[in-house]
Amino acid sequence: MEPDDVRRALTRIAHEILERDKGAADVVLVGIADRGDDLARRLADEVRRIEGPEVAVGVLDITFYRDDIGMRGDAPEVHETRIPFDVSGKVVVLVDDVLFTGRTIRSAMDALMDLGRPRKIQLAVLVDRGHRELPIRADFVGKNVPTGRADDVRVLVAEVDGEDAVVVEGAR
Amino acid sequence: MNEHLLSMHDLSAADVTRILDTAESFREVGTRVIKKVPALRGRTVVNFFLENSTRTRISFELAAKRLSADVINFSAGGSSVAKGESLKDTALTLQAMGADAIVIRHSSSGSPLQLTRWVDAHVLNAGDGTHEHPTQGLLDLYTMREKLGRLEGLRVGIVGDVLHSRVARSLSFGLVKMGAEVTLVGPPTLIPPDASAWGVQVSYDIEGVLPKLDVCYVLRVQRERQRLEYFPSVREYARLFGITRDRVALMPEGGLIMHPGPMNRGVEIDSDVADLPRSVIEEQVTNGIAVRMALLFQLLGGAKGEAA
Repeated sequence: MEPDDVRRALTRIAHEILERDKGAADVVLVGIADRGDDLARRLADEVRRIEGPEVAVGVLDITFYRDDIGMRGDAPEVHETRIPFDVSGKVVVLVDDVLFTGRTIRSAMDALMDLGRPRKIQLAVLVDRGHRELPIRADFVGKNVPTGRADDVRVLVAEVDGEDAVVVEGAR
Repeated sequence: MNEHLLSMHDLSAADVTRILDTAESFREVGTRVIKKVPALRGRTVVNFFLENSTRTRISFELAAKRLSADVINFSAGGSSVAKGESLKDTALTLQAMGADAIVIRHSSSGSPLQLTRWVDAHVLNAGDGTHEHPTQGLLDLYTMREKLGRLEGLRVGIVGDVLHSRVARSLSFGLVKMGAEVTLVGPPTLIPPDASAWGVQVSYDIEGVLPKLDVCYVLRVQRERQRLEYFPSVREYARLFGITRDRVALMPEGGLIMHPGPMNRGVEIDSDVADLPRSVIEEQVTNGIAVRMALLFQLLGGAKGEAA
């Protein structure tokens, strides 16, 4: 995906969120670190541009909720969690860059539940690459990208990587 | 990072930074209504405390529980140790019960190292004799970095009974590693003779040092560890080295007062000094839980034996 494709996909997702949730009154966006938080801020900008309301944005680190702790080499790297609002009663839209096995999303839902009791949790991803290992699906998808199980899919965002792009590298 | 944490020397500056950064995330967990994450579910942490301790043991216990690990507390009194079991046999028993980490406090320097030769579990030193207390050192580094924004170039005075203080050793080694300037202050009898090899300054004049300090770290007068008389009387010590309100006034604006606890109010630190806003002694305790969570997570959160 090129920068324009990413922008259009985010604009469309913002429209879909507003349509599905009938406005943005109870909606909060929670991005999964890292990359997901940047995309969540972008979506908030789009929502404001389209309809005006300010949507709260938080960032969630799921490291402590992973199901593979102690199975890899070093302890996983920890990012920041900063959710400066109460999620209870809210429609929480989780935002991530790539949906793959679904394990990250499972962790994220557990992490969210420890922070409160959302009225609803929805999932927005820029890329769905398939190969789910859990019964999880996204509510909002930027693009479905068919991939091999061992391919490497990377989402680049301007805030961190200097440009927006989605890169798929085949397994060698 | 190593498999064990025995000494501040086990850690590189990058390791320290990583631990403090991880602790930052655990501090956030400590502010939640549900102060618990499932990160170490199913792991067993044994608190093996053969010397009295309240705050360190409780801090480790809370840290392990907030990571969802199972915690066993084991102390000398009322246990097989009181019946004469050796340290080795006790350690092997804990191992046979499936301990993944053993947090040990012992009055003999070097006992945590000895423990690593007998057991497969990760060993964390929670204070060994007059050697080291690395988790205290790390929580002090965390508190300084949090309050003052940096460690590099920080001017820290460590005041009191440095000779018997494992806290002073771990903290000095850690501060020097991170680029801070350390001055040990106390009566000559309580400054270790090898202090010059630590990369620190030594002074016997508290009032000359205080105006140049970002942090005044006050050590406890450890009466229980002094078999000889190192100073004539507690009253004289308090007069010459006690941190009083008048002495605090010599420090620069914004300088911190720290103390590892438990305090002897009126001896090394005046009661009203301990309660000043610039005294961050309670914050040290709160930060201790987050730092110990970070350490347990770093040690137990990787695959054992294949650390990259």
